[in-house]
Amino acid sequence: MAGGQSTRSSWGAVGFGFATLVAATLVVEWTLRIGLLNRYIVPLPSEVLASFPRIVAEEHIAARFLTTFMECLYAMLLVTVLGVLTGMLLYRFTALRAATETWVAAIASAPIVLMYPLFLVVFGRSTTTIVMMGFIAGLPPVILKTLEGLAGTRRVLVDVGRSLNLGSWQMFAKILFPAALPTVFVGLRLGLIFCLINIVGVEFLINFGGLGQVINDRAERYDLPGTYAAIGFVILTSVLFFIVTEWIERWLRPQT
Amino acid sequence: MAQQDAVVPMIRPSIASTERVLVVDDLVKQFDTPDGPIRAVENISFAVGRGEFLSVIGPSGCGKSTVFNIIGGLLADFQGRVAIQGEPIRGPHRSIGMVFQEESTFPWRTVLDNVCFPLEIVGMGKTERRAKARHFIALVGLTGFENRYPAELSGGMRQRVAIARTLASEPTILLMDEPFASLDEQTRLLLGDKVLQIQQELRQTTLLITHNITEAVQLSDRILVMTFRPGRVKRIVDIDLPHPRTSEIVSSAAFGRYVAEIWGDLREEATRGMQESEMSARSGKG
Repeated sequence: MAGGQSTRSSWGAVGFGFATLVAATLVVEWTLRIGLLNRYIVPLPSEVLASFPRIVAEEHIAARFLTTFMECLYAMLLVTVLGVLTGMLLYRFTALRAATETWVAAIASAPIVLMYPLFLVVFGRSTTTIVMMGFIAGLPPVILKTLEGLAGTRRVLVDVGRSLNLGSWQMFAKILFPAALPTVFVGLRLGLIFCLINIVGVEFLINFGGLGQVINDRAERYDLPGTYAAIGFVILTSVLFFIVTEWIERWLRPQT
Repeated sequence: MAQQDAVVPMIRPSIASTERVLVVDDLVKQFDTPDGPIRAVENISFAVGRGEFLSVIGPSGCGKSTVFNIIGGLLADFQGRVAIQGEPIRGPHRSIGMVFQEESTFPWRTVLDNVCFPLEIVGMGKTERRAKARHFIALVGLTGFENRYPAELSGGMRQRVAIARTLASEPTILLMDEPFASLDEQTRLLLGDKVLQIQQELRQTTLLITHNITEAVQLSDRILVMTFRPGRVKRIVDIDLPHPRTSEIVSSAAFGRYVAEIWGDLREEATRGMQESEMSARSGKG
């Protein structure tokens, strides 16, 4: 009974969210049609929707989408492995943490995308540049959140481990890391946002690769509906990554 | 010190020295604070016999939890001697199982996996540890909840999971630090019944740290009353109430007499503690 109610309320929330999106789109359409917004800057949502099939056919969107998706995947794998490991190291060595935490936080708020000329010099106009830009941008939040999660483990859980005479590795694997996982995943989601923004941004700036290049091409041809349709595919990439992240988190911590 | 010399013997005369499971001898612990060193406990000596239930009671700030942490091996830097079955200890010991005041179940593990935890650590096989864990889950009355997560349980049930997890490691001494402090009075009484039933069933040597007089009298064979800071042994009271006990005993006249007697001891210390807290609060404001 309670489960049925919960499913109904969950579907209700999804339905309400979708209705809100439709309503917002209709408001934009209406304000454009009555001239409240400039149609030379913002295309009609109905035109954007109509341009999806055209973009898919003309721009080989599946391949472009896959390119951006894979770049993001490679960058996120690097971010996850190196970000979590660095966070663990900073937690383990307090001197290292004191020496580096501030500038890691500073990098997190820096506009990394503007460093793309430097990466172009180092890696050339290539996928490596795009992946590395995504990686550098996504790394700080994962490091900081891993550190926060480990440091925020409730003292009593650590004491349970100590009372059972756990070794350092057991303490980490059995208590600290599982306790930190929800916060680590917050970091991964933030990292994913920064990563994807930078990947699409660099694709746009260097006119190379996946969806960012499509956005650039369409924008330069002043095909505003096509530009917005391509942005729609970037949003789709982001949604897919969020779903995958959520699955992994539920698999690792089923009760969340 | 003279106060302590005049006290009831460290251990019940009926318990022979060979049956002493835990001996705490002349325990002193000092903490360094910005305002100078603070002596938390001083010259604490007592012993616990096999199968005995001893409670340590005292006003807030008397160093009860310090004693708990020292015996549990979580505080190493102390003077004096703590020995388990004659073996001096200076760190966590496999013979001691600790139940904490705070909620200490692992939220990412089910009830069964929580109780399996100490057995998993010692490398016991999955089938064996699961069977053993189920036994202790049944003992604390949580059969049917094996696959639930702590977030799906009440505070009292979570504390029972923590007790089952500690018992699963089959400690020689069960050491509990105000395990019912965050529970309401009714749950506390009923959980007290459960703990007593388990303690009598397993003949589990138990040391309970508490500030609750009713709880201490309901559960204990003896009660060690501590003074306010620095914590010393003020008196050890033998509780001569019939076994097996249940929470119904709280309405008996003998129970009331013990509570009144211990409160008589504690009132003076609690008053002193309150006055000192007020004084330090005032000086802090000044």
